[in-house]
Amino acid sequence: MPVHVRIPTPLRSITKGNAEVQAKGHTVEGLVEDLERQFPGLKERLMDESGELRRFINIYVNEEDIRFLEAKKTALKDGDQVSIVPAIAGGG
Amino acid sequence: MEKLNGLRCRECGRRYPATPVHVCEFCFGPLEVDYRYDVLKTVVTRESIAAGPPSMWRYRDLLPVEGDAAVGHHVGFTPLVRAQNLAEELGCREVWIKNDSVCHPSWSFKDRVVAVAVTKAKEFGFDTVACASTGNLANSVAAHAAEGRLKSYIFIPADLEQGKVLATLVYSPTLVAVHGTYDEVNRLCSEIADKYRWAFVNVNFRPYYSEGSKSYGFEIVEQLGWRAPGHIVVPCAGGSLITKIWKAIKEFKTLGLVDGPVATKMHAAQAAGCGPIVTMIKNDTDVLVPVKPNTIAKSLAIGNPADGYYAYKTTKESGGFGAHATDDEIVEGMLLLARTEGIFTETAGGVTVAAARKLIEAGVIQRTESVVICITGNGLKTPDALYERLEVHVKIKPSLSAFDRALADLKSHAV
Repeated sequence: MPVHVRIPTPLRSITKGNAEVQAKGHTVEGLVEDLERQFPGLKERLMDESGELRRFINIYVNEEDIRFLEAKKTALKDGDQVSIVPAIAGGG
Repeated sequence: MEKLNGLRCRECGRRYPATPVHVCEFCFGPLEVDYRYDVLKTVVTRESIAAGPPSMWRYRDLLPVEGDAAVGHHVGFTPLVRAQNLAEELGCREVWIKNDSVCHPSWSFKDRVVAVAVTKAKEFGFDTVACASTGNLANSVAAHAAEGRLKSYIFIPADLEQGKVLATLVYSPTLVAVHGTYDEVNRLCSEIADKYRWAFVNVNFRPYYSEGSKSYGFEIVEQLGWRAPGHIVVPCAGGSLITKIWKAIKEFKTLGLVDGPVATKMHAAQAAGCGPIVTMIKNDTDVLVPVKPNTIAKSLAIGNPADGYYAYKTTKESGGFGAHATDDEIVEGMLLLARTEGIFTETAGGVTVAAARKLIEAGVIQRTESVVICITGNGLKTPDALYERLEVHVKIKPSLSAFDRALADLKSHAV
């Protein structure tokens, strides 16, 4: 069973309009590689040239911000829910 | 008057029409309203502003609304108080309190942003408004939705102060208490906003909403006699307010409305139990490390502030700094302001007063320079923080002799 990935509106043009896709990977980093294989162009929207997560993107694994886990090295298992969410929102 | 060029990405500069979108499709940077300052320069003068109403709408030309305000006609133009007693206590020459604890109608600066957001929601034809809130925004969205006859969905962390829950429920919104921190509520709301066609004031309406905060900065300058102060100490939660006060001062400068130099230093105030922006400032890094909040200042308890990066840049660009306040210092700050100036602020105001004191004592704010302390919310909303610290001093029977004895007793204790 693969990992479920929720895709925000700005990236759905790359995922053929899908709001949720399935992908595989032992870590978040590996997941992004698999997403790139399935949907070319997605990786550069999430990571910068040095492979770091972009400033205005947050990634959550089972509702937890990966910066509280192991960041892009965070381990994944089958059935996990991953959310990609634009960082700019909220305030008081 | 065509005053808007639409929206523009603050990072990559891509342009978008003025619609309810908040992030750049390409780089996910925040979208900002892009004004035609060349046009505004020809119409906005001190006289045109002074001829406006005694509310934030006197700056309507500098806010992203097309027509008149749809709600919140009396929001803003709150007192700027010369705080001489507090100044003496702090050992400073010129201290001012910008007092949004009495902002109409819901007693916090959030009425400014919501009045703009709800007006825009009506302009765009939405029938439902929503927000993720630490309390004050919840109060304000629910109040303005009631006034505008819109449906509202308000999302809050379930452990919010009772005063703030009550002051939301009274307006009959749909209130959703989420078991989680504000940051979890906010992440959920980003996903909900992606699915439902609602006007989320601090998600898809954020470019318009956040501009409302500029009115707080405009008022400071106008009320100081078209002068920019030496320092402004601003409480930071999501980090938007400090950036927008700074933007307001720069806009007034661009439009030629400020007397003298603009050398205002912007300082960030946060709780020690949730201070990721001040931590960035102290470590001089533009990388925000999110935290799990643990503070009595719940209205500032945002561990992953959306505008953290820009709040840091604002302090850096203006030459300001920041300070953390512990829970005890927050309570001391609330009591100090009440004791010296007769102003009762909520915990966030305690953070700001405490931070200002620290910055003065550290010499970051010079004692001879003018300082404005931003008080953004009302103390009656967060009484929980004070119950244990205050006592009923005298309880007596209704007789003059009982009072005489009590008074003698008090005096003997006071010596």
